[in-house]
Amino acid sequence: MKRRDFLKNTAAGVLLPYLLNGFSLKAFAGTSLMHAASYGADNDHILVLVQLSGGNDGLNTVIPISQYSAYQAARSNIALPENKLLSLSGTEQTGLHPAMASMHQLMKEGKAGIIQAVGYPQPNFSHFRSSDIWMTGSDSAKIITTGWAGRYLDQVYPEFPEKYPSTVMPDPLAIQVGSIVSETFMGPAYNMGLAISNPTSFYNLVEGKSEIDKSTRLGEQLDYLQNVSVKTDQYSTVIKTAATKVPKQYSQYPAQGTNALADQLKIVARLIAGGLQTKIYLVSLGGFDIHSSQVISKDTTTGTHAVVLKKLSDAVYAFMKDLDYLKVGDKVMGVTFSEFGRRIRSNASGGTDHGAAAPVFYFGNKVKGTIVGKNPTLPEHATENDNIAMQHDFRSLYATLLQQWLKLSPAQSEQVLYGKFPLLPIV
Amino acid sequence: MAYTHAKYAQSKTPPVNSGLKPFKGKWTEAEARHLLKRTQFGAKPADVKDFARLSVAQCVSILINTAEPAPLPPVNDYNDINFTDPDVPAGETWVNVVKSVGTQNFKRQNSLKIWWTGQMLFQSRTIREKMVVFLHNHFVTETRIVGSYMAYQYNALLRDHALGNFKTLVKQISINAAMLRYLNGAQNTKKAPDENYARELQELFTVGKGPGSHYTEADVKAAAKVLTGYTINNTTGTYQFVPDKHDEGDKSFSAFYNNHVIHGRKGKEGEQELDELLDMIFAKEEVSCFICRKLYRFFVYHHIDEHTEKNIIVPLAQTFRKSNYEIKPVLQQLLQSTHFYDMANRGGIIKSPLDFAAGMYREFDIQLSKDIDIVSKSRIVQRIYQFAATTQQNIGDPPNVAGWPSWYQEPLYDKLWINSDTYPKRSRFAISVIQQGINFQENCIARVDIIEFAKKTSDPSQPDVLINDSIQLLYPCNLSETERTQIKNSILLTNMQGNMGDHYWTQAWLQMLQKPDDKTIRNNVLNRLNNLYKYLVSLPQYQLC
Repeated sequence: MKRRDFLKNTAAGVLLPYLLNGFSLKAFAGTSLMHAASYGADNDHILVLVQLSGGNDGLNTVIPISQYSAYQAARSNIALPENKLLSLSGTEQTGLHPAMASMHQLMKEGKAGIIQAVGYPQPNFSHFRSSDIWMTGSDSAKIITTGWAGRYLDQVYPEFPEKYPSTVMPDPLAIQVGSIVSETFMGPAYNMGLAISNPTSFYNLVEGKSEIDKSTRLGEQLDYLQNVSVKTDQYSTVIKTAATKVPKQYSQYPAQGTNALADQLKIVARLIAGGLQTKIYLVSLGGFDIHSSQVISKDTTTGTHAVVLKKLSDAVYAFMKDLDYLKVGDKVMGVTFSEFGRRIRSNASGGTDHGAAAPVFYFGNKVKGTIVGKNPTLPEHATENDNIAMQHDFRSLYATLLQQWLKLSPAQSEQVLYGKFPLLPIV
Repeated sequence: MAYTHAKYAQSKTPPVNSGLKPFKGKWTEAEARHLLKRTQFGAKPADVKDFARLSVAQCVSILINTAEPAPLPPVNDYNDINFTDPDVPAGETWVNVVKSVGTQNFKRQNSLKIWWTGQMLFQSRTIREKMVVFLHNHFVTETRIVGSYMAYQYNALLRDHALGNFKTLVKQISINAAMLRYLNGAQNTKKAPDENYARELQELFTVGKGPGSHYTEADVKAAAKVLTGYTINNTTGTYQFVPDKHDEGDKSFSAFYNNHVIHGRKGKEGEQELDELLDMIFAKEEVSCFICRKLYRFFVYHHIDEHTEKNIIVPLAQTFRKSNYEIKPVLQQLLQSTHFYDMANRGGIIKSPLDFAAGMYREFDIQLSKDIDIVSKSRIVQRIYQFAATTQQNIGDPPNVAGWPSWYQEPLYDKLWINSDTYPKRSRFAISVIQQGINFQENCIARVDIIEFAKKTSDPSQPDVLINDSIQLLYPCNLSETERTQIKNSILLTNMQGNMGDHYWTQAWLQMLQKPDDKTIRNNVLNRLNNLYKYLVSLPQYQLC
């Protein structure tokens, strides 16, 4: 039996509740020093993926002021007033949602940018399927069972998990703050990621707390099980050690519990500053699937969409400031993604339905903070079926991240993404 | 005769005061599931449904009174490229061939263990297979020491008596060839007495070492003399009594046994001394208490506090004695009791490896294809047996004569199944069973039909119902609402929040039912369900039963 087959036959993508690492530590004994591939492993760059779950309405996030009348006509019930938009410098008039003042600030500092109209040919309007496409990096019609980041990690750290943790890579390859390890991290045989189920479980781990009622027969057994699971997980020690090295963080984060994304990113910043060599982090913010009442009609700059955009913007801003405060800002780059954008025309209930291409934000001290691509072209009389045309294949974004940030060779990048995609001028 | 175990006085959990009175609470699927999980390997959803329609008495009666024929014996399922059994053709049973050496013996031992594990996987709705494991752990022999032929005879003996008379079983075990070999009874002669069996007969099999047991070293020596003369006939592979090797002198016992004297018998009559010895031992009340405590630990909870001793063990032991050591009345009383169904006792056991693996196989209703050949079937079952073996429960080969520490070692007991090596293996096994089934080779796979499993919930199209019911199907306890919501949003619906997320799941599920042949739609649903169930089986709650 080949090694791969053996792995496939003995274990699957592992998800890690309570930081339980699904691998037997005994299997890790005597790891070799020399198995990290020379490509990609010799830099300290870290990538943070920010998933906006539900399909973000890109047209009310990055507004094509150059076509304001068509915009206003297509979605009069939710259109943002022109004079409230945060204008961006560029070759044409573009504006940000007024709730995104902090992101606007980052862009002015040249530390964040926008890629217009990112998507893929033959868009799929199912949340499930479209998320899969983004996570696996597949064509619309093709089903792939591994994640794009999982394939990248497999290139850089072959023979995971038998040879890990190792001296060269003692830390988790990828971390997601969330219950389940995303498909993004699914490798050829194993999921390469580790999940911290939620911020509470992280702080429980770091502070050694448990929420189990030990005074019942079931509870005292559960308590024991949970203790073993935490102690078993070698990575939990690594995480705890890293977290302990960072006693103080940037003070201006949104209050704990008020911004789920900020809570997650705060953990990520702490782990990066604590010295984890983990290459990729994935965090997520939900609430973008707004089919009705995305604005409050008497002031369209407010409402549910404004709330989530402000969370996104404030969280990223605080994260960037924290990274600088912790003196690790230069090695981190982040990008947002959402499974799709929304239709150009709003619906009658003051919301928007599933659409196609949408803008992507990227951020970091080392990025080229510009607007890549043009304002989307809006039809004069948008119908309910009109979608924003794709300008950039999402795999161009991935190829750029892989080659220019994570330093894979073009050939490796091609292997990971199953093809060549033109690079974007963002790094 | 109530007493306190000093070591137990430190227990942190409050006592569970309910007693042996018949359970009169509401009989629902939860109660039926609890009963089945404890008395079988996992609770099959169909069994739970059927049991929930009956009464507690009817269910317990089915479990203990259903007559079951002895299973067909194991066969040669082990010929391969490197080995052909010269004595037994493929597909025929090897259990009648006494002689077995080297690879042949090794292959047959493996075959026996796979067959035994198969009895658990394909068990009928009775308690028999759980009792076989209980008795195996009680009357330990090790297959690797006694060999395949005797190990099968021993196994068949346990199964025959699993719900019979305990005293009769002790008699049969005492003259069983495997036991005679394992505890050196076969070498116990009047010239060179071997005390091994005489000691364990008392220390482990009958009166035990509890506070109510005060047999002496002299009693061990006297019992050993009684037991001289039993040897193994190498041609038949069974015991034979050799009067020449029997000590014909009188055997005097201590005050604990009321200074009883077993008068030496001559010739073939020497064999009768064993019956007198057992009568003497079984006259001690402590035998019934010791066995009832062990049953309690196996079926209810590892820790026996003062309340349990007084309210459960003592009256149960009385039942045992009254029925002249019939096992059924004891099981019936315990399994029908208010105490057994007390909410405080639900989920208090950490599953043994076989309970975990065979239970998962059964609870997820894995089906083998009807035309599967015997060899392929054995290879699938072998995965379960091997998993258990690599996580500290090698069936047929307990670590020593005392059995598995998880059933006797204070203070941890069943917690001992779980450590930094076994726990990740358990989770990994469970996840891989959901993801890719139990496989031996590419063409030999037993899969979980996860969509069919989801259909066992009352409405799989509703995320809350799906998750709630799945938790009930798999756990002995619920999860908090926060946890359930988190599972829904971050696993099943991947962060689609609010009611819209529910709606998409409902749509996806219904679409799949309408277009069962559409692979994309099906995979969508399948991936989400796989993620859901992989997560559920890797939570610590799934380790409990």
